[in-house]
Amino acid sequence: MKRNWNWSLWIGFLFVLAGFFSYTFFAQFPATRDFPWVNFLLLGLGGILLLAGLVRTFGKPQLYRGKIFGSILALLSLLVFGSFSYLIFYELRQVPASTGAPRVGEKAPEFALPDQDGKQVALADLISPRGAVLIFYRGHW
Amino acid sequence: MRGFQDRLSEFESRGVRVVALSVDAPEINRRHRQKLGFTYTFLSDPKAEVIRRYDLLHAHAGPKGSDIARPAEFLIDPTGTIRWVNLTENIAVRARPEEVLKVFDEMERAAAR
Repeated sequence: MKRNWNWSLWIGFLFVLAGFFSYTFFAQFPATRDFPWVNFLLLGLGGILLLAGLVRTFGKPQLYRGKIFGSILALLSLLVFGSFSYLIFYELRQVPASTGAPRVGEKAPEFALPDQDGKQVALADLISPRGAVLIFYRGHW
Repeated sequence: MRGFQDRLSEFESRGVRVVALSVDAPEINRRHRQKLGFTYTFLSDPKAEVIRRYDLLHAHAGPKGSDIARPAEFLIDPTGTIRWVNLTENIAVRARPEEVLKVFDEMERAAAR
């Protein structure tokens, strides 16, 4: 007897991949970057589908295919979920405490640095007439 | 940083400059500014001297273990005094421009009273 194709395993795995690889897209928007809930939603949906597929396969092996590839896809998905969680909950939070950074009410340390055209610009030039927002960023774009 | 570009006119209309600062060289900043359509000023601190002075160094966090800046945002008034600071604990979570605009407007209202 020909057994049924176990679609929920494959669709589930696709969701997991989409949840992982769409991070760079959703990271463009603060609402989906501050906490990457869309990515976790996709990963979660993928997990549910994979689980449903596995239950079907191991519950009724005479009707459904996918014992072996289902297990492989589930294992790969766990790896993807683990790496993504490591990135979001650990890697991105490894920021130095910067306890010596200037605080509210203190004078901003004076400096002069070249701008994008190589022209020297001093902090004093930047804060006139009404002040400035100074954004330190990681660079190496 | 994209968000600050999107709302740059609101900063400009208030007379507030938006300035970005990293270890990237001026020519890299010039290229990226052009490519990404940023029009505010990008400053270059390749030896991380100013970044160190502000205690914002993230040692060995760049490519090949180079030193870079950790993300941080300051609002500085015309006397050079810091009026607001954001030291994020998560690289993905950055200051939002509307937050800074709100702080600035409240500051102005308080000064007018």
